[in-house]
Amino acid sequence: MKEFTLKIIAPDRVFFEGPVTAVEFNTTEGQIGVLPAHVPMTVIVKPGVLTIYEEEQMKIAALHAGFAEILQDRVTILAEVIEWPDEIDEERALAAKQRAQERLQTKTPETDIARAETALLRALARISVLK
Amino acid sequence: MASMRDIKRRKGSIQSTQQITKAMKLVSTVKLQRARQNAERSQEYFQCMYRTVQSILAKTVGLRHPYLTSGQSSKKAVIVITSNRGLAGGYNTNITKLLTRSEWAKEDVLVYTVGRKGKEILQRNGYRIEEDWSDIVEEPAYADAMALGRKVLDKFSAGQIGEIYLAYTKFKNTVSHEPVMIKLLPVEVQEEQPTAGAIMNFEAGDEEALNMIIPKYMNSLIYGGLVESVASENGARMQAMDSATSNAEEMIQDLTLLYNRARQGSITQELTEIIAGAEAIS
Repeated sequence: MKEFTLKIIAPDRVFFEGPVTAVEFNTTEGQIGVLPAHVPMTVIVKPGVLTIYEEEQMKIAALHAGFAEILQDRVTILAEVIEWPDEIDEERALAAKQRAQERLQTKTPETDIARAETALLRALARISVLK
Repeated sequence: MASMRDIKRRKGSIQSTQQITKAMKLVSTVKLQRARQNAERSQEYFQCMYRTVQSILAKTVGLRHPYLTSGQSSKKAVIVITSNRGLAGGYNTNITKLLTRSEWAKEDVLVYTVGRKGKEILQRNGYRIEEDWSDIVEEPAYADAMALGRKVLDKFSAGQIGEIYLAYTKFKNTVSHEPVMIKLLPVEVQEEQPTAGAIMNFEAGDEEALNMIIPKYMNSLIYGGLVESVASENGARMQAMDSATSNAEEMIQDLTLLYNRARQGSITQELTEIIAGAEAIS
């Protein structure tokens, strides 16, 4: 088995569907790469870069939230937020990164650390997808 | 019998009303098509979500988790999705009836309204409107559903509410819509489980996985409710405006008949008067 079916579903559209040879993305347990015939597993997505390896080419996207169901011949990613590189506003991402970093540095008791960290991760994912 | 002029005026006013209802029908037909596409596209996401959540729950039978057991509080949060505009037949009242006809005490219900009309009706009925999210119903976006979901979930986690419900209109097809009330939290496990093919592993551990996935599940239900409601709203309005247009048509026909009769009557009368006058002279 050299290929498996990858399906990425966003709430308002089917983001990607097709045969791929591998897919990489970031999860709560760290960066993972999925090859065909993976053991069945459900993982939770953390903001990061999603890399799709197709037979001929490679695609990248910014995947921010959701979870993935991995089966031997099929991977389904339920993405709450996901973007292709051309859908990202670079200036906004840079500004968001700045904001999140400031919030993390000037810690006050009210700061929602977890939220600021996710915001930072999201901004970083967007920026690295653009590069 | 009413005078010719009165009838004519009445007919004119009904005609212009008919033009408006006709235009509104066309507008909602177009909007319906778009809303229906949205609803259909979100179906896949929702179904996949539902399947996954149920399979996780099936595997974790007996697990005690705050999202699976109702809280201490007897208060219930209800998200009520209606429309911002009226003239949609019974669309808005059908939804609010789910709440007003329920057996829940008014003081136990915290209402989160999406849609001004529903808010007005429930306020009149003496319900407490906790928050109003009417702006999001025009163009439902997933981010809005997420924000609303988080607000309600925070209250649930803080123990201020024990159960969360969602009242929306299910879009079956263009002519049939069904108002429904579903329980979002605590999540109910379906008894009949389709046997899963392979044993699923959870990288993050069962409890952790539930913590992350159930809010997403709730958000997707809220989003699904929003898009289906919008489709139903436009469907309901289309139907209402269609029957209004045909009612106007009927009235115009009746009035035309009456008008012609009055016209004939007045001509006959004039003639008799002329003849009588001519006879009197000769």
